[in-house]
Amino acid sequence: MGFEILGLPMMYYIAMVAKVLVTFVFVLLTVAYATYAERKIIGHMQVRLGPMRTGWHGLLQPIADGVKLFFKEEIVPSQASTFAFLIAPLIALIPAFITFAVIPFGGVIEIAGYKIPLQIAAYYDTTAGQVFDVNVGVLYILAMSSLGVYGIVLAGWASNSKYSLMGGLRASAQMISYELAAGLSIIAVFMLSGTLSLSRIVELQSGMGGFEWYLFKQPLAAFMFFICSLAEINRTPFDLPEAETELVSGFCTEYSSMKYAMFFMAEYANMVTVCALTVTLFLGGWNGPLAVAIPILGPIYFVAKVYFLMFVCMWIRATLPRYRYDQLMHLGWKVFIPVALVNIVVTGIIGYFI
Amino acid sequence: METIFFLIITLVAIVSAILVVTCKNPINSALSLIMTFFCLATYYVMLDAPFMAAVQVMVYAGAIMVLMVFTIMLLNIRVDATKKHSHKLVFGSIIGFFTVLNIVVVLVKSRAAAPTGPYSGEMIKKIGHTELVGREIFTNFLLPFEITSILLLVAIVGAVILAKKKI
Repeated sequence: MGFEILGLPMMYYIAMVAKVLVTFVFVLLTVAYATYAERKIIGHMQVRLGPMRTGWHGLLQPIADGVKLFFKEEIVPSQASTFAFLIAPLIALIPAFITFAVIPFGGVIEIAGYKIPLQIAAYYDTTAGQVFDVNVGVLYILAMSSLGVYGIVLAGWASNSKYSLMGGLRASAQMISYELAAGLSIIAVFMLSGTLSLSRIVELQSGMGGFEWYLFKQPLAAFMFFICSLAEINRTPFDLPEAETELVSGFCTEYSSMKYAMFFMAEYANMVTVCALTVTLFLGGWNGPLAVAIPILGPIYFVAKVYFLMFVCMWIRATLPRYRYDQLMHLGWKVFIPVALVNIVVTGIIGYFI
Repeated sequence: METIFFLIITLVAIVSAILVVTCKNPINSALSLIMTFFCLATYYVMLDAPFMAAVQVMVYAGAIMVLMVFTIMLLNIRVDATKKHSHKLVFGSIIGFFTVLNIVVVLVKSRAAAPTGPYSGEMIKKIGHTELVGREIFTNFLLPFEITSILLLVAIVGAVILAKKKI
């Protein structure tokens, strides 16, 4: 244990690599099986069976889909801007995954006398006796999510096709508008917490047996943030950028094979991120009954909450029809932003007197 | 460790900055500019200013450059077919020369010193960068902050009036 590299103990590196690998593999598996779960859940909601043929009740469907997409022909349109066309799926995918670096998915666990906080970008300071993480965690997530728009815009533009361009334009307008509303709605949470560090925000929600959630203090903000996030990641009922009936498949019309799969993965990874962030900010993160006493329960609670929210996303998709474009813009600019501003003012006034 | 990291980031920053002015396709230039902003954000992180880094990515890479890319897309400027403008080259080189000269003179005359004043590195680490920036903005720099807000409000109202014929 005394072995050190560049002033940090060996365990630090082992723990870091392990955390990154576990999180990454876990998110990838979740993304793969979210596609299956979505088809299955929507199927049953519409009194269908969903995928049934591959494996027991279609359990191998994501693998079959992956293999199929992998072996499809890769087509680059002759009129496309090659560089932007090739790089767009990567730009969409990477921000979706690196967001997980700051999301805490558990408390501090102790392995062989070394304390490891279950959050990738964090370390346990033994002299101060507390966890230090990125102290602008939420801003980091907002910054990364604002980069995701480039993938879609570039895909739309580089394909050099009118459907793609329309999809790309719609996507960027929508993402920019809802980013504002989402950002404004969570300011109310920071006014209560007084910090931007995600591990601290989770810690502050640990009272009352792990149920002192910001959802109960800021129901309006939680509701708005979740809806705006759905709009920002282009999920139904806000999936106008890829409205099949009008735009074929929107910005990914011209994409095939693995590049198409990357957009697909980005969409689902974004869904996981948004659910994880909503859980962290409003649903108490990894908190729950006995979560502090038994550290292994933390990640279980966290995953359960994230999966529940993902189920809600799929439920919404099965239930609601798509918005019209002007309704979408009206909702974003004239409803959510003013309500979020009023919420901030009200929180400020109440916070000042209590 | 930090020096090696700094050198790598600097290399990326310089290469992408060169690509901004040499790329034929305006979209590729815009992408290189975003890359440069990223490197700047990394410098802020290394200078213990995480809030600045996040804002740099959010505002410059996330908002301003999106609008730039948007404009390029809407105007549909494909490959730049401009002729060679020699006067641009001359003025550019003169400005570039004096900028470099300025930096060299400053670097030679005064050595980069540790920051003085109340905000030391330890204090920023203890209280937090965001908290310090917020406190300063809403106490000592309240008037400039309010003036900036009014300026932005005027700009928004102006944009609405220009864009909307009937109000």
